[in-house]
Amino acid sequence: MFGFHRKASHAQAAPESENIVEIRGLWYSRGSKRIFEDVDIDIRRGDVTAIMGPSGTGKTTLLRLITGQLVPDRGTIVVDGKDISRLSRRQLYELRKDMGMLFQNGALLTDLNVFENVAFPLREHTDLPERLIRHIVLIKLHAVGLRGAWSLMPAELSGGMARRVALARAMAMDPSMLIYDEPFGGLDPISMGVIVRLVRRMNDALGISSIVVSHDVDEISAVADRSYLISDGHVAGYGTPTELEQNRNDVVRQFMTGMADGPVPFHYPGPDYSEQLLTRAGR
Amino acid sequence: MKDLLSDAWFTAREFLQTFGASQLFLLRLLMLTPRALLRPGLIVQQVYATGAMSLVIIMVSGLFVGMVLGLQGVDTLSRFGSEEAVGTFAGLSLIKELGPVVTALLFAGRAGTALASEIGLMRATDQLSGMEMMAVDPIKRIVVPRFIGGVISMPLLASVFTAVGLFGAYCVAVIVMGVDKGEFWSQMQPNVDLVRDVLNGTLKSFVFGVAASMLAVFEGYNAIPTAEGVGRATTRTVVITSIVVLVLDFMITAFTL
Ligand SMILES: Nc1ncnc2c1ncn2[C@@H]1O[C@H](COP(=O)(O)OP(=O)(O)O)[C@@H](O)[C@H]1O
Ligand SMILES: [Mg+2]
Repeated sequence: MFGFHRKASHAQAAPESENIVEIRGLWYSRGSKRIFEDVDIDIRRGDVTAIMGPSGTGKTTLLRLITGQLVPDRGTIVVDGKDISRLSRRQLYELRKDMGMLFQNGALLTDLNVFENVAFPLREHTDLPERLIRHIVLIKLHAVGLRGAWSLMPAELSGGMARRVALARAMAMDPSMLIYDEPFGGLDPISMGVIVRLVRRMNDALGISSIVVSHDVDEISAVADRSYLISDGHVAGYGTPTELEQNRNDVVRQFMTGMADGPVPFHYPGPDYSEQLLTRAGR
Repeated sequence: MKDLLSDAWFTAREFLQTFGASQLFLLRLLMLTPRALLRPGLIVQQVYATGAMSLVIIMVSGLFVGMVLGLQGVDTLSRFGSEEAVGTFAGLSLIKELGPVVTALLFAGRAGTALASEIGLMRATDQLSGMEMMAVDPIKRIVVPRFIGGVISMPLLASVFTAVGLFGAYCVAVIVMGVDKGEFWSQMQPNVDLVRDVLNGTLKSFVFGVAASMLAVFEGYNAIPTAEGVGRATTRTVVITSIVVLVLDFMITAFTL
């Protein structure tokens, strides 16, 4: 309800670029492990963009880089026209009020109930009267179908419910970008379907941009406008679900069809199998 | 050789980074403290959580320490024929040493571990990152109120410990061992100095409170975000706080005597 004002003023300020996020020449390592080598990614405004890739390729790390929780070793990340590594802490926080992020496990505050969790950003950032906060919270909870669960504590929620509460909380400040880290992981088929539809509906109804990290190929194909496939520190493939389907690249084909072995090996690197069985030191 | 050098360089850099990060954390903690006083509600909650919740253990321990002081005091002082001095003996021991030190050690075990594991768990379950993503500074919202709550609680707990301890000493010395009631209190009055003894003890409990609370929130905030990491942070809190408190106690005593 406040987002619309903000968006209107944006539009007047500067001609908006087509991309809400532009990553150029990104390099990032953790310790001695190189996670990204020269990665370019564009996230288009108004789209649902998927980031796919095997576990441990650095999808969560990428989200933390986009949101300024981590700083790239080299390269630039421009979010909504601003180079995030050059922002001061205050400017970064200002930018984050315009982003909502869902963590892999929801990350709800365990000592607050559902209502207070959703109200948390409003209480921290606004001086709205209690009545208005109540309205906003109930509207957001209604949108994710959990208005009736307002009084439960996070420990009493199922995985899918916790994620929906986290989604309501992420939307509390009417952000113009929503970021989801593996929203489908570990859910039963019904909850998964609910979240898939919510992702799409939020994006289109609110006119925002969404980034969804996932390795569920089928779900993501149903919801994403475009997908990036990241593997081994590089962008292995990019395109609409159909384009990726038809991609001839071996890594992309292995990932899309779920084959155990291929360019991404089944086996963790190690010495020769028979040799290791025969030597005592190989244990 | 080259490997060794690059290894050493890597370790040194890691160390400097960690060291720098902890300096930065403490600096931000102290910088944000004055402004946090503007939200007293959050602090009152923490004084309750750290202070009120530690009251039982503090009072029980204080009572027993005081009673032992009564027994030992009468036994030792009667060898010099001056068992009426037991009041002064127990009072000075409690006010200057045992009150602040034992309270700080108990505080580390009860409140410090609770703080470290609570904040560590918030780190492990991404609650702190979640807050940062909601543009809320977790140091300001979570860490600082807990730090201030601990700093306020410690001197209060130490004075409770001392008062209950004196009561325990009184019970044993006067009621059980038959020391004169009037002598017990009247000897204490001229012999306990407000500045040299009482203020000195209060200063100690304040310094210990700052050290214990800071170590607890630091360990929790920087815990490795796994179940094991949180456990280790909790253990480290108790071990490091105990050592720091005992060393600080010696230093303060040496400089103020
Ligand atoms: N805090 C950390 N410290 C060191 N290495 C980490 C840390 N977090 C993640 N990593 C490493 O970075 C890599 C990418 O992690 P992540 O971004 O979580 O992968 P994904 O989300 O794609 O499964 C992994 O190999 C992981 O071991
Ligand atoms: Mg991940």
